[in-house]
Amino acid sequence: MNALKISLKNIRFKPLSSALNILLIAFGTGILTILLLASSQIEDKLNNNSKDIDLVVGAKGSPLQLILSSIYYIDFPTGNIPLKEAKQLSKNPYVKRAVPLALGDNYNGVRIVGTDSNYISLYGLTTQSGKLWSADLEATIGENVAKEQNLKVGDKFNGAHGLTENTDVHKENAYTITGILAHQGNVTDDLILTNVASVWKMHEETHEHVEGDVHDYEKEEADAMEGREITSLLIQYRSPMSVAMFPRMVNQMTSLQSASPAMESTRLFSLIGVGVDTLQYFAALIMFIAAISVFVNLYNSLKERSYDLAIMRTLGASKIKLFMMIILEGLILTIIGTIVGLALGHLALHLIGHYQESSQARLTGMIFIPNEIYILLAGLGIGIFAAIIPALQAYKSNISKILAKN
Amino acid sequence: MISIKSVAHSYNANSKISFKDWQINKGEPWLLLGESGSGKTTLLHILTGILKPSNGEVNIDNTSIYQLSAKQLDQFRGRNIGIIFQRPHLIKSLTIEENLKLAQSLASLPTDNYRIDEVLSSLAIADKKKAYPSELSQGQLQRVSIARAVINKPALLIADEPTSSLDDKNAEAVLQLLMEQSGLNQATLVVATHDKRVKDAFTHTYSLA
Repeated sequence: MNALKISLKNIRFKPLSSALNILLIAFGTGILTILLLASSQIEDKLNNNSKDIDLVVGAKGSPLQLILSSIYYIDFPTGNIPLKEAKQLSKNPYVKRAVPLALGDNYNGVRIVGTDSNYISLYGLTTQSGKLWSADLEATIGENVAKEQNLKVGDKFNGAHGLTENTDVHKENAYTITGILAHQGNVTDDLILTNVASVWKMHEETHEHVEGDVHDYEKEEADAMEGREITSLLIQYRSPMSVAMFPRMVNQMTSLQSASPAMESTRLFSLIGVGVDTLQYFAALIMFIAAISVFVNLYNSLKERSYDLAIMRTLGASKIKLFMMIILEGLILTIIGTIVGLALGHLALHLIGHYQESSQARLTGMIFIPNEIYILLAGLGIGIFAAIIPALQAYKSNISKILAKN
Repeated sequence: MISIKSVAHSYNANSKISFKDWQINKGEPWLLLGESGSGKTTLLHILTGILKPSNGEVNIDNTSIYQLSAKQLDQFRGRNIGIIFQRPHLIKSLTIEENLKLAQSLASLPTDNYRIDEVLSSLAIADKKKAYPSELSQGQLQRVSIARAVINKPALLIADEPTSSLDDKNAEAVLQLLMEQSGLNQATLVVATHDKRVKDAFTHTYSLA
C-alpha cells in the first residue's frame, strides 16, 4: 500500500472522469505528435532530395512549381524548354554539372524520368540487381516501384502519357527493365529512370525520318536538336560565385527561368508554417484545457477526500506522503494520456500516409524522433502543474480542524 | 503510562481552555465525559498528537509526544494510537483488506496478512475482507473502523462518540466490542462521549466542566 498504489486505486475508482482527463491529454499530444512527425519528415524529404542541386532551369511559370515538379516530382512541369538552349547553358563556365530531365509519362502513376548519366552521379545511384539503363527503351526502377508495382529485371511495361492517368498508353514502344536501384532514401526510390531519347521516342510521330535522305550527320544532329525539347535542367554550380551571377544570367539572357530549391522550399515552408503554427496553438490549447480538467478533477476530489486524507494522517501518514500521493495521481493521468497520445499520433500519421496518393511525399508513423521526448516532458509538466495546488493544500491541511468538523 | 500535565490550549487570544492533569495507568479503561463545546474534541486531539497544545506536556509510554519531529509524531501516532471516529470514514476506493493494509503501511510496518485475518475474525467480519466500504452496512463499517484502530496493537485506543448515534441495544454491543478488543490487544481504552448510558461500564471517569 504505497503512495503509487493508493493513487492508482483512486484513479480507478473514478473511471469516467479519469478517462475524460486521459482522453483530453491524449488528443492534445496526438495532434502535437502528428505535427512534429509530419513537419520533420517533410523537412527531411525536402533536404534529402535537393541537397546537391543548386538551381533548376525550366520553362517560365511558377518557380515553386518548377522545383516541385523537377526535384520532388509532385506538381506538373511548367512546360518544355528547347534542347538547344539547355545545351548552351550546360556549357556555361559557371556550371559544374547539368542534368537534363524529360518528364511527361508515367506507368501506373509512377513517373518516368528521361535523363542521362549525370543524374546517376548527382544522386550517387547504385543498383541492387541488374544494371543501370544504357540504350533506348531501357529502364531502371526505384526500390519502392519494384515492390509496389511487382516488377523485376527483364519485365516489360508500357508508359502512358501524362503524370497520373493511365488512359493514353504508348502501345507501340515497351520499356525493358534492366535494373533495380538500391535503397536511396530519397525521391529516386519512387521513379522509373530511362534516357531522354526514350521519352522522345514515345512522342516521335512528328520526327519521322524521310526515306532516302542524304546522311549528313552534322546537319542531322542540328536538325534533331532544333525540334527537341526537354522539361528542365538540374544545375550544380562550379563555385559559390555562380550563385550571384548564374540565375540572373538565365533570367535575363534566355527565355527560361531559374529557381533555387533552397529559396523555394523556404518559401513553401513559410506558407505551410502558418497552418502548422495554428494547429500547434490549437493543440497547446487542448493540452491547457486538459491540464485544467485534471486540476479541477483533483481539486474536487480533494474536497470530498479531505476527511479521508486527515484519517490517513492519524494512521501515520506524513504530510509529504499525502503531497506525493496527489502529485502522483496527476502524473499518472497525464503520463497515460501522453503515451496514448503519442501512440495515437503515430497511428494517425501512418493512416494518413497509407491513404496518400503521392508516393513521393508519403508520410509514415513508424519513425520515432528524439524530439518526442519533449512531448513526454510536456506531459509530465502538465501533470505537476495540475496537481501542485491540490497537493499543497493536502500538505498544509489542518487535520484537527477537518476532524473536528464532523 | 499515559499522562497529561498542565495542558492548555488557546485557539485565539480570547479563548483559552485549560485541562486538569490526568494519569492513565496501563489497561485501565477511562471515560472522558463532557458536553459538546466543553473541549472534549480538543483534548482528544491533543491526546492523540493531532493538535499541539499551547502549554503542557503529553506522555505516552514514556514518550513526550510533542517533543517529536512532525514526521516522528506521525509515525508514533500510526504505531501507538488507534482512533475510532464517530463515523467509520474508510477509504472508499480500497477494499476492507486494503484499508487495513494501508493502516499497517502508513505506520511503516510490514504487511501482516495473518494479523489482518486475526483481527477481522475477532470482529466476525472476516468474510467481508474483499468487499468495498460501499457494500457494507453501517454496523459492519463500524467494526471495520475498530479493526483498523487495533490492527497495529496500539498502546492507546481512543473512541470518539462511538455510541451517540446508536440505540440502546447497539450502544451496549459496541461498548462490549471496545472493551473486548482493548483487552485482546492490550490497549488502554479511552472513550470520549456525552452519552450518559455508557457511564456504568467505567470505574474511571475524567469529567470536563
